[in-house]
Amino acid sequence: MKARVTVTLKNGVLDPQGKAIEGALKSLGVEGIASVRQGKVFDIELDTSDKAKAEASLKAACEKLLANTVIENYRVELT
Amino acid sequence: MKSAVIVFPGSNRDGDVVRALRLAGSQVEKVWHAEHDLPAGTDLVVLPGGFSYGDYLRCGAIAGRAAIMDAVRAHAARGGLVLGICNGFQILCESGLLPGILMRNANLRFICHRQFLRVERNDTAFTRAYGKGQAIDVCVAHGEGNYTADGETLKRLEGEGLVAFRYCDADGRVTPDANRNGSMNSIAGIYSARLNVLGMMPHPENLVEDLVGGTDGRGLFESLVSSFAKAA
Repeated sequence: MKARVTVTLKNGVLDPQGKAIEGALKSLGVEGIASVRQGKVFDIELDTSDKAKAEASLKAACEKLLANTVIENYRVELT
Repeated sequence: MKSAVIVFPGSNRDGDVVRALRLAGSQVEKVWHAEHDLPAGTDLVVLPGGFSYGDYLRCGAIAGRAAIMDAVRAHAARGGLVLGICNGFQILCESGLLPGILMRNANLRFICHRQFLRVERNDTAFTRAYGKGQAIDVCVAHGEGNYTADGETLKRLEGEGLVAFRYCDADGRVTPDANRNGSMNSIAGIYSARLNVLGMMPHPENLVEDLVGGTDGRGLFESLVSSFAKAA
């Protein structure tokens, strides 16, 4: 079973890297960009086919290490 | 006094901290991050600067979960002293020993320069050798030192006097210009609620000998050693 975990900064947390990318896109003349927030994507392969077990492992992975829940949100998608 | 300096893969300021502690009169032992115990009789644990685990994931995130950190947490819970400098501060925040987090510098640049810090209080084990409000000259060298915390945490830190140092000018004035990484309230260092854990971004261990152009960092290490001399 495979999963994709997306970690993003919470709303209201300053994202200087996202701001720099936003500025770069604007200076490249890409139109229609209102704002950019940067995040991280983890593609994870699980060695179980038990969905509940996989979700529990992924939640533990996010809470223990992948996300710092002070500033970040995470989203888990099983594929 | 006995100090333990924890070495993670990527620590690079461990040698300087060991030197500063020995100059101040402490016995020092280096401890590898994969150990589960601190040396018997450890009074002070130091998490040195560097780039633990290459700063992968987030600065200090992987080191914050290293085996030795359970022993460091237990030491802190017993009231033992813990000092985290630069990457060590990031590790303390990631491990939950201190609140908040160090974000990428607001100007997105790695900063490396001499910097004045205002000593907010001098009644702790870390700052006895300084005067209250004294501006000390130290060095900063980091890319992610922008201290950030939620409003409630910030209010608590300020209300309980847990801000240890603020970026300031040579006269001790806390100005926006002196705060080059964008830290909230110009925070350069904070204490835990019991004042036994200190995390700070600047490097006091850089300036402990005249040979390198300054000794203002020495007071921190001398404060720590003298706290134990008094107790003994």
